[in-house]
Amino acid sequence: MSVAIEPQEQETVSAQRIFVATQWQLMWWRFRKHKLAMIAAAIIILFYVGVVFADFLAYADPQISEAQRSLLPPQPIHWYDGDTFRPHVFGLTGKRDPKTFKRVYQPDPNLKVPLKLFAEGYEYKFLGLFKTNRHLLGVEGARAEDTIFLLGTDLQGRDLFSRLMLATQLSMVIGLAGVAMSLFLGILLGGLSGLYGGAVDNIIQRMIEIVRSIPTIPLWMALAAAVPTSWPITRVYFFITLILGIIGWTTLARVVRGRFLSLRTEDFVTAAELAGAGQMRIIFRHMVPSFLSHIIAATTLALPAMIIAETSLSFLGLGLRAPAISWGVLLQQAQNIQAVALSPWLLYPAIPVIVAVLAFNFLGDGLRDAADPYG
Amino acid sequence: MVNYIIRRFLAGILTIWAASIISFVVIQLPPGDYVTAYIANLQSTGTVLSREEADALRIQYGLDQPIYVQYVKWAGLMLRGNFGMAMEYNRPVREVIGDRMTTTIIVSVAAIILIWALALPIGIYSAVRQYSIGDYFFTFLGFIGIAVPNFMLALIVLYASFKYFNVQNIGGLFSPEYLQQSWSWAKAWDMAKHLPLPAFILGLAGMAEVVRIMRANLLDELRKPYVVTAQAKGLSRNRVIMKYPVRAAMNPFASTIGYLFPFVVSGSIIVSLVLSLPTVGPMLFKALVAQDLFLAGTILLLLSILTVVGTFVSDLILMWIDPRIRHGMEGQS
Repeated sequence: MSVAIEPQEQETVSAQRIFVATQWQLMWWRFRKHKLAMIAAAIIILFYVGVVFADFLAYADPQISEAQRSLLPPQPIHWYDGDTFRPHVFGLTGKRDPKTFKRVYQPDPNLKVPLKLFAEGYEYKFLGLFKTNRHLLGVEGARAEDTIFLLGTDLQGRDLFSRLMLATQLSMVIGLAGVAMSLFLGILLGGLSGLYGGAVDNIIQRMIEIVRSIPTIPLWMALAAAVPTSWPITRVYFFITLILGIIGWTTLARVVRGRFLSLRTEDFVTAAELAGAGQMRIIFRHMVPSFLSHIIAATTLALPAMIIAETSLSFLGLGLRAPAISWGVLLQQAQNIQAVALSPWLLYPAIPVIVAVLAFNFLGDGLRDAADPYG
Repeated sequence: MVNYIIRRFLAGILTIWAASIISFVVIQLPPGDYVTAYIANLQSTGTVLSREEADALRIQYGLDQPIYVQYVKWAGLMLRGNFGMAMEYNRPVREVIGDRMTTTIIVSVAAIILIWALALPIGIYSAVRQYSIGDYFFTFLGFIGIAVPNFMLALIVLYASFKYFNVQNIGGLFSPEYLQQSWSWAKAWDMAKHLPLPAFILGLAGMAEVVRIMRANLLDELRKPYVVTAQAKGLSRNRVIMKYPVRAAMNPFASTIGYLFPFVVSGSIIVSLVLSLPTVGPMLFKALVAQDLFLAGTILLLLSILTVVGTFVSDLILMWIDPRIRHGMEGQS
C-alpha cells in the first residue's frame, strides 16, 4: 500500500510547488528543460567572463607591433616534455628562403619555451581598479625567441590571441550597449504606441514602416562613414552604439506595442483600473512584470544582429577603426584573400563571432519558449 | 480592392519621400563636403588648389547654399530623372550607376528566387518528416545560415575555392572576356553561370527564416481535422498534403517577400564588396569614402525605391493569391 501512495504524494508535493512558485521560478524550470539553451547560456556566461578578464587572459600587449614577427603561424601548446608534465611551445627560428628571400619561420623542437601560469607581462588596470602586470599565461626568459603566439600573429606582428581577447571585450560590450539603446527607443515608442493608440499609434507605426523599408546595410554604411576619422575614440564608440541602436528598435517597439495592446484588454488590468490604480501604477506594477520576460527574450534575440552589424561595418573599415580592437577590426586583415590563403589563422576571429551569434540565438529561443506560458 | 492598392501606393510614395530626406541628411552629416575631400585628394598628389578655385567649385556644385535649398534642388533634379554629376567620375550619375543598378536587381531577384525554390520543398519535407534526420540537418543548416554573417560566408567560400580548387577568379559576375562587351545572349548566359554562388551566399540566411516559417505553418495545418477527413476518404498521403495544407501554408510564405526584399538588397551591398560583384555596393562604398553627395545619395535613394517597389509588388501578389485579404479589404473600405 505504502508503495502506491508515494508517487501520488510526490505529485501533490510537486503540484504544490508549482502553485507557490513565482513567475521567474516557473520560467527557470521550463528553461532548464531546454538543453541547447542551457549550453548556450553557459557559453555566453563564459564569453562575458572573458570580457571581464580580457586583459588577464591576454599575454602580449595587443598594440605593440613588430615587423619582424609578421604573420607567424600559431604555436600549439605541447603538454609533455618527454614523460614529465611541462607545458611548453616550440620556439621559432627564422631562416631566409634562398629562392624568395623571404623570412620563413619554422617551429624548432630543440627550442622549448616553457609556459608559466600567472606570468608577468605588460601592465594594465585590472577591472579598472588597480594596476598589475600578471597574466594567466606567459613565458619566462627575455630572449627574442621566448615568445608564444597561440593563434599566430597578424600582418603587423601583433599577437592574435591577445588581440582576440580584447576584441571580444569590445564587441560584446558594444553589442550590449547597442541593445540597451534600441531597448530604450523601442520601449519608449512601442509603449507610447500601444498605450495611446489612435493617431500616436498610427504615426509611430508609419515611422517604423519607413525605417524598415530602407535597406539597412547601405544606411549604416552611410551613417558610419559620417563618423569623422579625427574624433576621439570614445565618441566613435558612442556614435557606433547609436547607429546599432537605430537598427534594432523597430523590432523591439513592435513587440512592446503588441504586448501593450493585448494586455490592455486583460481582466486583471480592468480590475486594477476599477480598483482605482493610477495609470503609472497599472503600467509598472501590473503590465510590465507580465511582459518583462518577453522583452528579455526579444532583447537576447536582437543581440546577434548588433554583433553582426558591428562586425560587418568594422570589416568594411567604416565602423570601429584601429587602434580600437573588435572582431570586425581583426577580420579586416582577412579581406585580402591571398593573405588568408597563406595565413589562414587570420580567419580565426570569425569563429567567436559565429559561436556568439549562435549562442545568443539558442538562448533567445529558449527564453522565449520559457517565457510563453501557453507554449 | 482598388482602395487598398491606392492606399499601399500612397504609403509607398510617402516612404520614398521620407527615404529621400534621410538619404540627403545622412550624406550631409560628415563635416566637410565633396570639395574638401577633393582638395585633400589633390594635395596628396601634389596639386594645391587656391581658395578662389575651391569657392568656384563650391558654387558650381551649389554647395554654398543653405541645406534645404540644396535638398530642394536635389529633389527637383531627382524627379526629372536627372541624378546630377558623379563628381569623382566626372560623368552623369545616371550613366555611372545604370548598369550596376540592373545587376543589383538581377542578383537580388536571383537570390529571392533561389530562396523560394529551395525553401518550399525543404519546408514541406521538414514538416512532413518532423524530427527526422533530414529535418535536423536542415534546421542545423538554417542556424548556420543565420549565425554566419553573409560577408563572412563569402570570405569562407572565397578562401575554400582558392585553397582547395585553386580558383582565383570566383568573384565577379562575368568571365574576363565578357567584361567590356555590350549585352548579348552569350554575355547573359555567362552571367547566368556566375549567378548561383552569390545568390546562394546572399540567400542562405533568408532561406533559413523562410524554411522556419513554412515548416511551422505546415505543421499547424497538418494537425487540422480536414487533413484527417481527406485521408479518411482515401486520398493518397502525397495528394492530401500537396493539394490542401501546402496551399494554405503558402500564404504566410508569399508574404515573406515583403521583408526578404530589403534584406537581400541590403545584403547584396556587402557581399558584392567581398566578391567584387559589379553591383552598386562597391560604388556606394567608394562614394561614401569620397563624400560624393550626388552619387551616394542617389544610390541610397534608388535602393530604397527598389525595396518599396518590391514590397508593393509583394502586397499585390499576396492580394492576388489570398481571397481573404482581397475581400476583407473590400468589406472594410
